[in-house]
Amino acid sequence: MNPLLKSIISPDFGFAILRVMTPILYPAIGVAISALAGSINIALEGIMLVSAFTGVMVSAFTGNLFLALIMGILAGVGLSALLGYFHLKLRANIILAAIALNMFASGMTIFLLYIFAHDKGTSSSLKSLVFPSYQIPVIKDIPILGRIISGHNILTYFALVSVIIFYYIIYKTPLGLRIRAVGQNPDAAESVGVDVNKIKMYSLLLSGVFGALGGLYLSMGYVSWFSRDMTAGRGFIAIAASALGGNLPLGTFLGSLLFGIVNALAIYLASLEIPSEFIQMIPYITTIIALTIYSIQAMAKAKRRKKISEESTT
Amino acid sequence: MEKFVLKYFNLIRTIIAIAIGIIISIFVIYVISKNPGFSLKSFLLGPFLSKSRFGNLIETASPIIFCGLAISIPFQAEQFNIGAEGALFIGAAIGTAFAVSTNMPMIIHIPLVLLVAGLVGAFWGFIPGILKAKWNASELVASLMLNYVAYFLGLYIINYHFRDKAAGYLVSYQLPKTAWLSQFVPGTRIHWGIVIAFIFAILVYFFLYHTTLGYEIRMTGFNIHFSRYGGINVFKVIIISQVIGGFIAGIAGMTEVMGIHRRFNWQMSPGYGWDGVVVAIIGRNHPISIIFASLFLAYLRVGGQVLNLLSDIPSEMVTVIEAIIILLITAEAFLEQWRYRITIKEAERKEVEHEPAS
Repeated sequence: MNPLLKSIISPDFGFAILRVMTPILYPAIGVAISALAGSINIALEGIMLVSAFTGVMVSAFTGNLFLALIMGILAGVGLSALLGYFHLKLRANIILAAIALNMFASGMTIFLLYIFAHDKGTSSSLKSLVFPSYQIPVIKDIPILGRIISGHNILTYFALVSVIIFYYIIYKTPLGLRIRAVGQNPDAAESVGVDVNKIKMYSLLLSGVFGALGGLYLSMGYVSWFSRDMTAGRGFIAIAASALGGNLPLGTFLGSLLFGIVNALAIYLASLEIPSEFIQMIPYITTIIALTIYSIQAMAKAKRRKKISEESTT
Repeated sequence: MEKFVLKYFNLIRTIIAIAIGIIISIFVIYVISKNPGFSLKSFLLGPFLSKSRFGNLIETASPIIFCGLAISIPFQAEQFNIGAEGALFIGAAIGTAFAVSTNMPMIIHIPLVLLVAGLVGAFWGFIPGILKAKWNASELVASLMLNYVAYFLGLYIINYHFRDKAAGYLVSYQLPKTAWLSQFVPGTRIHWGIVIAFIFAILVYFFLYHTTLGYEIRMTGFNIHFSRYGGINVFKVIIISQVIGGFIAGIAGMTEVMGIHRRFNWQMSPGYGWDGVVVAIIGRNHPISIIFASLFLAYLRVGGQVLNLLSDIPSEMVTVIEAIIILLITAEAFLEQWRYRITIKEAERKEVEHEPAS
């Protein structure tokens, strides 16, 4: 059998998919929550960077993993709050403000990395902590499934749980109802007394929490150090992943899963004699294709809806 | 006074935003540096203290002007294509490949190489353009992803096919002399790229403010629904604005290769495309303002490099300052209260003046 095919069919490949999916699933949930309220958070790239950096630094200097988690989340939420403040209060164009914040995050993390670690590349000279990995008691003994699902980082498990949390927030809480209302028709929401800007701010803050977790996983689970611009566009790939899934919980999960599969495949393809540059391109090209397919579908849907409404009025 | 403030409100706002950025950087230097006086001097005066550094400022400004223009055209049409960085990189890579493998007299070679680089960049702008125009796919995400594709593709082309193995480090073959933009100020590396950049700024100005297509681009940005209703071919505008932007960005990188290094020597993306976003925002997408914004940004960049070299502050501080400045400039409501008060004062004053007449 072809050795590449053999390695892809093995359970290790399934394990790799979940591993590389995690840092896309978190920001994808973040994008989805903000998109449902009508103002897409494009600053997740920066939020992830800031959290990844904060987590590494706090854990390196305090040795306290829990504190690193809290500070990492606070850093991400802080950046999200800035985006919300500038967009909602100071009426900045959200895209331009997000571009500025992403730039801010990239520059600031390298700046501080140099100040604290005297290195502009990575934090590997610091002894930072990682989040622990766990074997799941019963599942780990199931032949193939066990090797795919068990043994992951705790943040990978929480990413899967986050999909359910996302579902719960959106469909089972008053806040979720308001988020959806504001996203679908802000004027109608306003007219029944919902503070549109406040709800948008909450959704941005929530999206910051998930983005922060994605960043923390990247530097304290996926690898065990921070390196400059280590998010490598995941915050933007997440936009495509959540768009593919229509910003809904299950869809966002499946969209992220698709990118997980493609990225894991790219890692396995690296063993072939293809120039690595082409392999590294794969996730980005996939994003463009996925985005296009989603847009074609969305357009067709909008046309159908228009047609139906025209028929019903005539 | 009030009249003056109202008339130049946007300019004053920009200057205040820049001043805040500079004040923050001074503060940061004071807190972090072990020798703040010296660091501050290197940062603020460094670019002017020697001829070669002042030369650096001009050299740095020219690709930034190009990229600012490249970003401003789609921005004028409200198309958030931020793919200048990718268009610049792939344009320079393929342009270098073309220049290295052809041989012709200088008078044809230089424009042809620039044209090839520009066309490659234009193609890079075309992809998000057509995806947006046809299917409403986000040009922001598409152009960002293309930046990464351009980076890896460019590296592949140079490192696998045009790498000069004799050079000892990862660079392309040297460009033939017929494709060099000459450096014309002794003691610096200032080359014809800056002149071409100025010419492009003027061309873009005429294009945007004195041609029909330019008007259509600005109108589309102003109100896309109104433009469509008014008979503007929005489909065309969305694509063309991004194609022209890509074309200019493609040239940006090539002039740098032809004028300074004479080889493709980037293993990291140079970041001029992002500077382009910054100057387009500072210059409010106006070509002439972009020139000034680019000179200012080049000053900050060179100051940052001097600081990095001579003291203990990393040059990334400049990126942070840039981000703060554009954040303040894009915030529409920043200083609005002040403007509101002045407007009222001015109106009251006018009323008083007119009273005796009535």
